[in-house]
Formats: sequence, C-alpha cells, structure tokens
Amino acid sequence: MTKQIRSPLPGTFYRKPAPDQPNFVEDNAGVKAGEVIGLVEVMKSFHEVKAEEDGNNVRFLADNEAPIMAGAVLAEMD
Amino acid sequence: MDLTGKTLFIANRGEIAVRINRAAKALGMKVAQAYSEADADMLAVRLSDDAYEVGPPQAAKSYLDIGRLLEAASQSGADAIHPGYGFLSENAEFAGAVDEAGMVFVGPAAETIALMGDKAAARAAAVRAGTPVAPGSDGRIETPADARAVADRIGFPLMIKAAAGGGGRGIRIARNQEDLERLVPQARSEAQAAFGDGGLYLERLLENARHVEVQILGDGKRAIHLFERECSLQRRRQKVWEEAPAVCLSDDQRQSICEASVKLAESVSYRGAGTLEYLFDPGAGTFAFLEMNTRVQVEHPVSEFVTGVDIVQEMIRLAFGESLSLSQNDVSRNGHAIEVRVNAEDPMNNFMPFPGVVGAMSVPDNVRFDTMLYEGYAIPPFYDSLLGKLIVHGETRADALSKLQAALAEFKIEGLKTTLPLYEMLALDPDVAADKFHTQFLENWLETHLSVPA
Repeated sequence: MTKQIRSPLPGTFYRKPAPDQPNFVEDNAGVKAGEVIGLVEVMKSFHEVKAEEDGNNVRFLADNEAPIMAGAVLAEMD
Repeated sequence: MDLTGKTLFIANRGEIAVRINRAAKALGMKVAQAYSEADADMLAVRLSDDAYEVGPPQAAKSYLDIGRLLEAASQSGADAIHPGYGFLSENAEFAGAVDEAGMVFVGPAAETIALMGDKAAARAAAVRAGTPVAPGSDGRIETPADARAVADRIGFPLMIKAAAGGGGRGIRIARNQEDLERLVPQARSEAQAAFGDGGLYLERLLENARHVEVQILGDGKRAIHLFERECSLQRRRQKVWEEAPAVCLSDDQRQSICEASVKLAESVSYRGAGTLEYLFDPGAGTFAFLEMNTRVQVEHPVSEFVTGVDIVQEMIRLAFGESLSLSQNDVSRNGHAIEVRVNAEDPMNNFMPFPGVVGAMSVPDNVRFDTMLYEGYAIPPFYDSLLGKLIVHGETRADALSKLQAALAEFKIEGLKTTLPLYEMLALDPDVAADKFHTQFLENWLETHLSVPA
C-alpha cells in the first residue's frame, strides 16, 4: 500500500539540514515513524517534517528547495 | 532637482515597498515594482504604475537575483532603484551594477557599502573618526596567538565576531580562555561557510547594555543627524519595539553620540540615509560602536515622527545628487514616538509563524500603521514575518505609552495570529513604563511572563 508524507506547513522544503550536508533520507531508503525526512522553512524559521509511520522505498515528490503549500505531499512510500 | 515624472524601481517587497511607493509618489515619481511569483497579489504591486515579475518565490531566485532585477528595471525605463532593507540593500556588487547600468542606486556608493559591510573595517573607520568603540582587536585577528594577546589586553567576557557578519549574526561569546581556544576555530569555519569570509575580530562584551542608534543623512560632503532611537527590546537579536528619543540619555550624552555619528558619516563621505548602532552602558555612561547600516531601517518612522523629516523622500533626493536641504539647526525634536513590529507569529506558542489569510481589520485612528496588509490578502510563507508597524506619537514618553495602550486595545486583525497581544502586555509592564530594560530584558521577560506550552 502506498503511504504519503505531507507537509504540515507551507513554505520552502529542504531535504538536507544544511547545503553542504547529505539528505536526511535518500531516495528509495526506508524510514521509521518519527524520523526526520526534511525541513520546511516558513517565514525564516525552520520546522522538521517527520514520518508518521514506518515505510520502505521512499520516493520524494517535492524537490529540495521547492516551494510547497500546507498539506502538499512531499513523499510517498510503501 | 525636479524628480517629477522620473521612474523609481522598487527592488523589495512587503511593507517597505509600500512605504517607498508612498515617498516616490509624494515626489511626483512613477513607480515600477518588482515581485516574485508568490507576491503577485501584494499591496505594493497594486499601488504601482507598473509591475515586473522577477522570478520564483525563493528570494535567492528573485529578490536576490541581480541579473533579473536589472533586466526588469531597465525594461521599466527606471531612472533609479530603491533596494529597501534586507535582500540586496547592503550588497556592494548590486549598488555597483545599478550604477554601471546607468541608473541611480538609492543608497551610498558601492565602496561605502563595502567598507561598512566589513565589520572589522567599519570598526577601524570608527576608531579613526574618534567614535567610541568597545575595547577590542585592531582589525582582524589572524592567528590563535593574536586572539590570546587581544584577550589578555581587553579581558573576558568577549565576543568573537565575523567580519562579514552584522545584524547580530556571526557572534559567539567567550567567557574564559578555554572558550576562546575552542570557539575561535569554530567561528572561523562557520563564518567561512556562512559568509564566504572566515575573518574574525574580537570585542569586549557589554552586558545589560542598551541598544541606542543614531539616524544620519549625508550628501557625500556634509552630514546631519536626526537624533537617536532606543531599540533594546529584542528577541533573538531582532528588534521588536523601538522608541525615539532614548530617554535613558542625558542631553550631554545625546549631543556627544549624535555629533560623533555625524563625524563618522562625514569621514566616509556618506551619501544617503544611514544608521550608526551603539551599545550604551547606562552605569558607566559610555557608548560602544556596533555597526553602521547603510540603508533605511525598519524603525525609521519613530525618527520621522519626532523630527518631521521624511527619511525615505530625503534618501531618494540625496541619491539623485541633491545637497542636504537641511542644516543641523533646522532639525529639532518634538515629543516621543514608539513603534511596535506586528509580526505574523503566535507569541503564545513560541512565536510560531502564522502565514494565513487576512480577515477583517480595524486600525485605530490617530496612529500610523505602515503595512503590507489588506483584507483578503493571503500572506506568503516564503519571506520574513513582518506584516506592519504600528507607530504612535505623544507629547512625552508616558503620553506615547498611553496612546499605544489605547491603540492596541482597539487594533484588530482577524484570521491571523500576530504579536499584537505581546505588545498589549509589554505596554502595561511596570519596568517598560519605567524605562528599566536592556537588550537581554525581553527574553528573560518572555520566560517569566508568557506561559509557553512545551
């Protein structure tokens, strides 16, 4: 079954903690519930986005530094 | 010079774009407005004669893209570009590029921006002009041995500051030798990563000091001051409440810091509006130069209220090469002004940002509200949270404070969480009323006065 990870906030999505660091989660990796999968920058403050459940084969639909709306699907996983 | 019919291109957004628009229109100018894809509905676009999209929502690809902005500006037939504050306002490369493109940059010369943007060089310029500075290093420190030698001379606690920092960014505090050894290499690599320049300098830390700043105007030869502002109420080194004048100063202290500021501005042939920021130690009665901001500041309206000078109009005239129309004797102080920054943040929930849709607004009479808001406006999440500034003017500080209390009781913005409830509390606080605060006051106050859910 396909699961979705949505952004709780509107803003700019980041897949890594800083420009010179690796992604929180690589494409096709697995995640545990509560694991940070990215950051959303809203009005210059940064908020973590966490996976709400375990999943495998994560596929990101939002690019690094993409503008997103609240509720946007950031990634799908199995 | 008659500016009627000339075109001003505004390379900024939000409330300051609206403020600049108003000044340009008052001078008879036409306004061309830059906007990102996320800002097509903003008030400054609606008020402009012409508007130009300059890229996607991310500031790096729009409001910070020099090529896109210059292209749009020349398409608009602009005679001048106003950079506002933030974004490219203190970017020497941008100022130079505007000049090369044959347009007027509303700000000082690129070389002045570069000089004052290097905070270690700015400190050296202040020392040369006789402006008071905190004990510190003469320019940059190159080696750990340099740092130790300076620390031996000036003592702890001290600040390790990035030469390319400013606005409270790139500062670390060392309370002892051990901290210094540990933090200097860290600060150097962080400054290198954040600013592309690992240069550092050291300054003695003043604790429980007040932030006092002097507004100046210069025409490249002569400079005048528009007195000072008090901006100690800060959260995370960001000002939230500003006043003019700083009633903590005696007349002698006021005169001496204002005159020192004019001297520093003249020593760098300053053209335009600028601000010299200081820390003031009320116990010792001494000032220490922090930095110079070579642009219009968010809190400029409080100075406009007490002096009657329109700072934004003046800076546009000065940029076009006019001489100062005022002499120092023409500038007098009248009453007391207070500004509070209305941010889209929930003070009861750890200042969580709240981009939303503006509902019904009710703004009291007899106040100035510089804002980007209108009813039905959807605030984009991509930029800072400043929605507007509420400014009141009274005969005395007590009078201004009671006008602020009355205005806040009436002020309503539906649909959003804002910082207005915080100011309602602060305006009633006995320490604030007694002018008993310093730059660390507000953060302590928030911990004891606001119940912040974990």
